[in-house]
Amino acid sequence: MHDTGGIENNRRYEGNVCVKDQVDSYVTEDGRTIGPVVMEMKNITLRFGGVEAIKDISFDIREGEIRAIIGPNGAGKSSMLNVISGFYVPQEGEVWYKGARRPPMKPFQVAQQGIARTFQNIALFEGMSVLDNVMTGRLTHMKTGIFSQTLWKGRAEREEIENREVAEKIIDFLEIQAIRKTPVSRLPYGLKKRVELARALAAEPLLLLLDEPMAGMNVEEKEDMSRFILDVNDEFGTTIALIEHDMGVVMDLSDRVVVMDYGKKIGDGTPHEVRNNQEVIDAYLGVSHD
Amino acid sequence: MANIEASGGQPASVPALLRRNAKMFADAPAYREKEYGIWQSWTWRQTLEEIEALALGYLELGLNEGDFVAVIGRNRPALYWAMMAADMCGAVPVPLYQDANAEEMAYVMNHCGARFAVVGDQEQVDKILEVQEQLPQFERMVYLDPRGLRKYDHGALHQYSDVQDMGRKSRDRHIKTIEAVEAKLDYDSTCIMLYTSGTTGRPKGVVLSNRNIIETAKSSSEFDNLKQTDDILAYLPMAWVGDFIFSVGQALWVGFCTNCPESAETLNVDLREIGPTYYFAPPRVFEMQLTNVMIRMEDASRFKKKLFDYFMAHARRVGPAILDGKKVSFADRMKYHLGELFIYGPLKNTLGLSRVRVGYTAGEAIGPEIFDFYRSLGINLKQLYGQTEATVFITAQPDGEVRSDTVGVTCPGVELKIAENGEVFYRSPGVFVEYYKNPESTADTKDAEGWVATGDAGFIEDGSGHLRIIDRAKDVGQMADGSLFAPKYVENKLKFFPNILEAVVFGNGRDECTAIINIDLTAVGNWAERNNIGYASYQELARHPQVMQAIQEHVEAVNASVAEDEMLSGCQVHRFVVLHKELDADDGELTRTRKVRRKIIGEKYDDIITALYDGSKTVSTETEVTYEDGRTGSIRATLEVRSANVLPVATKKLAAE
Repeated sequence: MHDTGGIENNRRYEGNVCVKDQVDSYVTEDGRTIGPVVMEMKNITLRFGGVEAIKDISFDIREGEIRAIIGPNGAGKSSMLNVISGFYVPQEGEVWYKGARRPPMKPFQVAQQGIARTFQNIALFEGMSVLDNVMTGRLTHMKTGIFSQTLWKGRAEREEIENREVAEKIIDFLEIQAIRKTPVSRLPYGLKKRVELARALAAEPLLLLLDEPMAGMNVEEKEDMSRFILDVNDEFGTTIALIEHDMGVVMDLSDRVVVMDYGKKIGDGTPHEVRNNQEVIDAYLGVSHD
Repeated sequence: MANIEASGGQPASVPALLRRNAKMFADAPAYREKEYGIWQSWTWRQTLEEIEALALGYLELGLNEGDFVAVIGRNRPALYWAMMAADMCGAVPVPLYQDANAEEMAYVMNHCGARFAVVGDQEQVDKILEVQEQLPQFERMVYLDPRGLRKYDHGALHQYSDVQDMGRKSRDRHIKTIEAVEAKLDYDSTCIMLYTSGTTGRPKGVVLSNRNIIETAKSSSEFDNLKQTDDILAYLPMAWVGDFIFSVGQALWVGFCTNCPESAETLNVDLREIGPTYYFAPPRVFEMQLTNVMIRMEDASRFKKKLFDYFMAHARRVGPAILDGKKVSFADRMKYHLGELFIYGPLKNTLGLSRVRVGYTAGEAIGPEIFDFYRSLGINLKQLYGQTEATVFITAQPDGEVRSDTVGVTCPGVELKIAENGEVFYRSPGVFVEYYKNPESTADTKDAEGWVATGDAGFIEDGSGHLRIIDRAKDVGQMADGSLFAPKYVENKLKFFPNILEAVVFGNGRDECTAIINIDLTAVGNWAERNNIGYASYQELARHPQVMQAIQEHVEAVNASVAEDEMLSGCQVHRFVVLHKELDADDGELTRTRKVRRKIIGEKYDDIITALYDGSKTVSTETEVTYEDGRTGSIRATLEVRSANVLPVATKKLAAE
């Protein structure tokens, strides 16, 4: 049972806004250390045929922060996330990761670089148990081949035991012990979302991408999920980039927010800055006529 | 070390027993806990080492003899050790209910002046920090699960394993103190203090000595022939006396293994994996299990349902007799074996009760159908009557004399007497020492000769010598015409229906009885699903006409059954409402052990009760509710007042004879 009141915890750090872009790292009001830039998007443009989904967008993600991408429907948020995860290759612009330019690569190579994600429309193995699903997240950490894994001797055995332990710790962390052996297809939506998060965490990512982690949830499930996202960031120091519709949640969770509209970036900054940005207000509420 | 022995050469304190077990059962498992999906176990020798390390750590942190150590959290070996380690230092462990809110905790911790607290996780740490300012004597807190606590100020906050490490390092300095303390501990020194759940008023601290704990553990283990190889599952609140007796008292005396589940949600899986041989559950748990079985059988295929019904009918007929070792024909026995193969065996396995040798239920009356269901499966489920002040055991049912309507014969060493007003009194070696800092209450409850008032009204049945409990003595009242009013008796009959979760009957000093009823969302919800009845909320389901009709039929069935009892036929329910919200401990309507707080409900729903008696057809009411996080809100509803058929009270003259 979680104390849900904690979401209002002050995660904003107004005041020293301009300083932080120049420094390597700084400490937030609630005592977390935000490190240097880990991923940078430089002038990204993405087209699908004649449609420009993303137009010349640049922003960065710092180590240890919770970075949100928000925007109305069709703004290009999911496309942006797919660019980050390497699934889409932009026609123009560069993706810099850990201080080097990232060449176009296959999704599994991106995963090996320490980036894990969840999906907007849950993409779990429905017929498999929760535990097995979480174990698939350990794939990039397994070195033995299919042959020795089948024999389950020596190194393969040790490896599985180690990986199972990591998986179990994550199951414990997300409090899904009770459904460990339940097939995913039998779970309600909110729990499936949590299992997906568990699988992504099992990869022990440096950067975790969450595509609408709270879509379709009720208030209680949202509060739980918010708490888990904060806990993941806090306990494992994982950098998190997330897309979310629920403005209240975004404003409470994130350190910095990118706002997109029609494929363009219309705002970038702390939740406080973004909330007071006239362009953002217009995009969300329509232009005021006073 | 700990040489003081009681008569008969047995160890006279909890630490002494622990040392005996570490020698006698050195490599046998003492505690198990499922963590990260795997059962971890500790032998008696390891357990002693863990406890001693913690006790040494306590001393390093400055715990003194006679201090109180609050222990709060779900059942985990480390928390049981925290209690025993306190005993080892000559301090007194005080387990608290983990779901108590911060104010309730503050009251108890202030009352005993706890200097130390050992807690399970962040939730409990937060609660104590919230009320810390009200606790002038409180100094240090030790926590078990470090999750979320990394950034807390660790000035007076310590991680459990760190305290143990501290203890191991400072062993040379403090081991002499522990030896000296243990040498002083005897039968009369305090072993534990438990707070009563507070059905009425503020909780009282019941002081239990080593004599209470050890004598009770000894006689009750002998009564049921418990063995060192037994397994129990520890899942009931640690603040409840029964858990301490089972998981610490009897476990230490007999040397059996205490198993702790992974979390409250995984209980059913863990139960199945462990397969306890000695099992204890309140009637509510058995009820819930039975409801679940029945719901799932409703959804089963027709063939399976037929098979189930056929063999269950047979089990009901001969099962209890076979269990009691009575004469049953050969053919019936063979058929029962067949049933065991197809139905009873797999069902017991699913429930995790395959290995149960001795099972107990207590705390509330259990429905005869529920009780018989388990017994017919061949599970040796028995009833027990006890209370904190008696260190649990007052009466229990011996094997072969088990019935659903009595609570058994007196346990070894217990004497019983019934006062003129029907109240049950007892005297035993388990009788508590005193209520802490409350001599008036102690004197009210326990007289100079050691007789303790139970507060329950009952009688000893002629012939069998079994005790039968009617109701709480203070709840037993009189109707306006002078006939007996025993609300609990009627409520229990109502609650035996799976659709009814809770019922509160009113009528003291009035002409007629009325009732407020809570539906059981699981059972009624499933019924609604099967009958294509849509509902959006508890409130909507509760006032559905068909639900109302079903409840009315239940009430009328109860009336018919109550009418048969000469003494209590006046207690038939004339009118009732189905309440729009579940009675909840957070709203103060139930105690933490989920007993009805009659008086508070009476005051809170005054408007509904008025409507029950003034003949109105509906009543509009607004109720304040408290959410889990402490916020409050209110629910508004219009409830229908229904009248139920009652049978004429013609038997009254008989009662007067």
